[in-house]
Amino acid sequence: MASSHRINRRDFVKVVTATLSGIMGVAMGIPIIGYLIDPALKVQSSEAWIPLGPLENYPVSSSPTSFSFTRSNINGWEKTVNSYGGFIIRQSEDDLQALSHRCTHLSCSVNWVEERQEFVCPCHNAQFGLEGDVHAGPPPTELDRFETKVEEGTLFVKFPAYNREVEGLI
Amino acid sequence: MKNIYAWLNERLGFDDIYKMLLDRPEPHGNWWNTLGSASLFLFIMQGVTGIFLTVYYAPTPDHAYDSIQYIMNGVAFGWLIRGMHHWGASLMVFVVFIHMLRTFFSASYKYPRELTWMVGSVLFLLTLGMGFTGYLLPFNQRAYWATVVATNIGGVVPWAGPFILRALRGGTDVSALTLSRFFSAHIWMLPAALAGLIGLHLYLIMRHGESAYPDTDD
Repeated sequence: MASSHRINRRDFVKVVTATLSGIMGVAMGIPIIGYLIDPALKVQSSEAWIPLGPLENYPVSSSPTSFSFTRSNINGWEKTVNSYGGFIIRQSEDDLQALSHRCTHLSCSVNWVEERQEFVCPCHNAQFGLEGDVHAGPPPTELDRFETKVEEGTLFVKFPAYNREVEGLI
Repeated sequence: MKNIYAWLNERLGFDDIYKMLLDRPEPHGNWWNTLGSASLFLFIMQGVTGIFLTVYYAPTPDHAYDSIQYIMNGVAFGWLIRGMHHWGASLMVFVVFIHMLRTFFSASYKYPRELTWMVGSVLFLLTLGMGFTGYLLPFNQRAYWATVVATNIGGVVPWAGPFILRALRGGTDVSALTLSRFFSAHIWMLPAALAGLIGLHLYLIMRHGESAYPDTDD
């Protein structure tokens, strides 16, 4: 082909075949790569402010008031709904804390036991104080907590909960 | 580069393969002679797009429809991959059929190519089988009722009909079992049979060469 200016039929067919194959390969290859990696490119932001109703529902008290909410998660064609919950603790008018009820040991839900003034986990008898601090049992850290805010009389918690010890805040 | 090619060629024999597969003497033909290659191309395209569809498709009654909705609307280029598979399926049945008609009208099925013709006939039936099993997989109303009707056709075969019906459906009704056995047939059994017989079909074509069109002396 290089030795003459005129391209013969055989080489012409070869060049056309190779070129068309190349174009088709690229035209299909790029969409296929996009198709395969697409879910990896979508980052779901799970952060959200969850309204818990009017602040009056959570009175100032020496015992916590429980709350719960659900979050739905969509992965492709599958939708899952998970329940979350915790306790609002208002020891005074300007002190408001929101603890998660998920035990930091193995994720069972802890309950408030009024007579002992403790959160007790039914699974392995872990015990937490009113501030979520570990009193006894196997948990590695204090209870997770939610950021809170009050807007127009409505209490909000920020999902997901965080752990002060894990994040090095205390 | 040349050295690597020479080294590999000496051991694998690219040049011989090329001569055997593509550089064979051919009788004078026309565009109708390209339909076999077109069928092969469509088979490969259906295979490739089908493999990629299984990345997101779920063959269960709960999820089949939703997973296809997701492929169409949620995944980048999902509409393209599925569109090619959908239209390619109809096109393949059409092209294989026209290929068969051409072979018939040019009398290419005669000695020594009878076996090529017979294998080709089975390939045509397998292609229809691919269309039949693939049609159920979206599991929408049309797919469901088409399969109810089509399996009922199998059910009117004298004597063995009721058994054929249950064997096709995997039970008395079109159900989850029907969907999974159609899926299995669609992605494993039929393609494996197709691939094997296509290999035989191509070998026979290489062995006998292509037939020349009959002329006034024939």
